[in-house]
Amino acid sequence: MSTMTVGFAEPAPRFTDLLAAEWIKLRSLRSTYWVLALASLAAIAINLNAVHSDLTYIDNPPPRMPGIPPFRYDALYHSLSSIACYLMAIAAGSLGAITVFGEYTTGLVRTTFAAVPDRRGVIAAKVLLIGGITALAGAVVSTVSFFACNAMLASRHVGLSITEGVSLRAVLGYAAIVPVCALIGMAVGALLRHATASIVSLVMLFFILPLMFGGDRYRWLSEIGSHLPLATVNRLTYNPDSSTTISKYAPSVLDSWITMGVWAAVAVAVTMVVVRRRDV
Amino acid sequence: MTALTGTVVPVIEIERLTKRYGATTAVDQLTFTVRPGTVTGFLGPNGAGKSTTLRMILGLNTPTGGAVTVAGVPFANRPRGLRHVGALLDAGDVHGGRSARAHLAALARGNRIPLGRVDEVLAEVGLGKAAGRRIGGYSLGMKQRLGIAGALLGDPPVLLFDEPLNGLDPEGVLWVRGLFRRLADEGRTVFVSSHMMAEMEHTADRLVVIGRGRLIADESLVEFSARNAETSVAVRAPELSLLVDALRAEGAEVSVVEPQFGIVTGMPAERIGELALRHGVVLHELATRTSSLESAFMSLTADSVEYLAGEAR
Repeated sequence: MSTMTVGFAEPAPRFTDLLAAEWIKLRSLRSTYWVLALASLAAIAINLNAVHSDLTYIDNPPPRMPGIPPFRYDALYHSLSSIACYLMAIAAGSLGAITVFGEYTTGLVRTTFAAVPDRRGVIAAKVLLIGGITALAGAVVSTVSFFACNAMLASRHVGLSITEGVSLRAVLGYAAIVPVCALIGMAVGALLRHATASIVSLVMLFFILPLMFGGDRYRWLSEIGSHLPLATVNRLTYNPDSSTTISKYAPSVLDSWITMGVWAAVAVAVTMVVVRRRDV
Repeated sequence: MTALTGTVVPVIEIERLTKRYGATTAVDQLTFTVRPGTVTGFLGPNGAGKSTTLRMILGLNTPTGGAVTVAGVPFANRPRGLRHVGALLDAGDVHGGRSARAHLAALARGNRIPLGRVDEVLAEVGLGKAAGRRIGGYSLGMKQRLGIAGALLGDPPVLLFDEPLNGLDPEGVLWVRGLFRRLADEGRTVFVSSHMMAEMEHTADRLVVIGRGRLIADESLVEFSARNAETSVAVRAPELSLLVDALRAEGAEVSVVEPQFGIVTGMPAERIGELALRHGVVLHELATRTSSLESAFMSLTADSVEYLAGEAR
């Protein structure tokens, strides 16, 4: 019996290597990052187009009705629209889910963990990379939408500056929800490890569930609804200077920030635990 | 900063390894050792627990009981794996949307292996020209080659291959056999699973045979064939029936295939010839046949429960 007597050198493990490896994996799958890039462009276009078409209404305000307060244009609500936000939410959620369930459905996960047995490191790298990229996309969509839309509105003297009122908070919240949705997507992808099931679950969580917890009739229903992921961004972008009203049980702004953070933290924890514990 | 692993013997040690899925026991108290410098074949029929065992070696599946170490360390405890164990578990364990080069580059980067190594192993397995193409468009044989390239990436002392010959053309099979031989001759531990004895006959020096998750044999190929390959004698005679009684009386087993043709076991051809002469039976054919290792393997694993580890000898 012979033995392999050649001593060989192994470099110390570095987290940045795992990050770089995940970056190569993301970059080499065009379809995944295109989803995010196209959604971001579409989201900005939706917001710009909405405000641009509003200019006509601002120039020709409806006649004042008796008993109803005068028409006041809500620049915040229109420049950071819910539709664009939903689009970014599902795009980021899908990207997060794909990066996790894609490993399982293809079987690549076995190759990945045989090469890097440190599963926690692999997941941390994925979380950081996907979180970072979606945060960047969220920041771009939010700031471009806000500044471009309000620049258009400035000529009508209804535009907001970033220092005015709750503008800064709204822009931050509108951006922050995007990476949070991506992390939730990762957790769902890790739990279900199935493409269709993961995406359907995200649609349920983001869009269908809020419909079941609307209204102010029961406080507990309303409070569940206001702590769902996308409800946080509604609260954070709410403009108290507008004529829009919110639920009498609406949580505080701090409450909504914390809710967002808890969703992100729980999502990462779930992904970590599920992926580390399970056989692949 | 580098850490020298020194001169640790790259041995795979499996000790009472058990894996249960609910009521099913996939791997049952398996104990064996895979040593360096040889190609060890890991044989068993489909569902015998080979893949589960390989996954437990790699820490991908957690054992229900028992332990497995590679070079004295549970593989899952290593932060990075490619420099310790190279593995091809399933050629399909890749993402079809990436190119072979991108797939290997990600693996290499995570283990801080210089990226130049990627093109080196791709050339070695004959995928140099296809390196930039999507893996999804590869044939099974090409995917096997890519999997082997991935296993070689970290120049590891231990290599695991699960059914590596599937989908390879005859040239590919010869190449893989030569590669395994070379890796073993370099002092590495090479552990190759298969459900086909015929594949292992020309590939392995040692055999670990399992059935229904239990160890059936753990010995050299030579020992295995000496113990299991059965010899029989084909006899063709116009008046076979006269001879059959005489043979049976002497303790041989005869199965009469045709009225004039039978297979005799438990008696050498010389003795059969003598008996035929004594009884005045004309022989048209008297031929010794050695059954292939394949059929020995099949009869051995057909009813694994009867052949528990330890009782086989």
